[in-house]
Amino acid sequence: MSTNTEERVRSIICDQLAVEPEKVKAASSFIEDLGADSLDIVELVMTMEEEFDMDIPDEEAEKMKTVGDVINYINAKSSANH
Amino acid sequence: MSLVKPLALVTGASRGIGAAIAEKLASHGFHVLINYVSNEAKAIEVVNTIIAAGGSAEPLRFDVTSEAEIATAFEFISKKTQTTGAALEVLVNNAGISEDGLILRLKKESLDRTLQTNLVSAILTCKEAARLMMKNRKGSIIQISSVVGEMGNAGQVAYSAAKAGMIGLTKSLAKELASRHIRVNAVTPGYIQTDMTNALNETQKTAIIEGIPLGYLGEGQDVANLVAFLALPESRYITGQVIGINGGLYI
Repeated sequence: MSTNTEERVRSIICDQLAVEPEKVKAASSFIEDLGADSLDIVELVMTMEEEFDMDIPDEEAEKMKTVGDVINYINAKSSANH
Repeated sequence: MSLVKPLALVTGASRGIGAAIAEKLASHGFHVLINYVSNEAKAIEVVNTIIAAGGSAEPLRFDVTSEAEIATAFEFISKKTQTTGAALEVLVNNAGISEDGLILRLKKESLDRTLQTNLVSAILTCKEAARLMMKNRKGSIIQISSVVGEMGNAGQVAYSAAKAGMIGLTKSLAKELASRHIRVNAVTPGYIQTDMTNALNETQKTAIIEGIPLGYLGEGQDVANLVAFLALPESRYITGQVIGINGGLYI
């Protein structure tokens, strides 16, 4: 489950930000390392919400700075629901 | 060259300026979604006129003052884009009402209705359209504001506040969405022959015409031509602008 989530998250990020898969590491910062702007982040959050069928509140979204933050959040939220 | 026609949504398109805009956009190859709320017969008439002229359109009923109905309508549009491969490229926020009266007699309900129908509705449809357009990295949003939003008009405090609000919406949204190649502009019609201006008596009309340098009222067609230009790639370098179309009434 968690590997699968990780792969899906990485693949969405590569797609949306048009970056190479090898640049998308757990510690990669969206803004500093992956060149995202604020609109990219909103789009990313919206896509994650659709892909994982969950609501991500703005205050949670604001805390997600790196790829790892997103993977951890989605894993935690999915396991809480099951 | 794609065979699928891009979609254009025009709110309040069953009559007046909205109907003229819908027909013009259809003539430029858009599949036009004719929004209406109460007058289904008129909306179907507009659709039929478009189809008879070789264009493509369909009616789409939703109340622009209802966030839930807007959401349902955009779910329908989103599904349509997925099944047909056509993107929503154009949104024209045209739906509006005017309830005139001096501020001393202004009722809160009337103020709410005017702001909701003219301004809040436009912000909510922009929000939904932005979602779809951002994915395509392409789009043109056009607000039908009014010259009274720029110059003011005694007896139209609520209406002119709503129309001026659309100008603020246009400028901010243009900045938010520019990086996604979505343009946002407003047009500000002066006196255009519609049901709204037909309600004026002859004395009022004469007084109005005296204030218009070109000396006559505009037609829906005049606004439609400008909107079509803003919808098409010919205007690709224009965003965040407020373009007057008023016969010189406000310069």
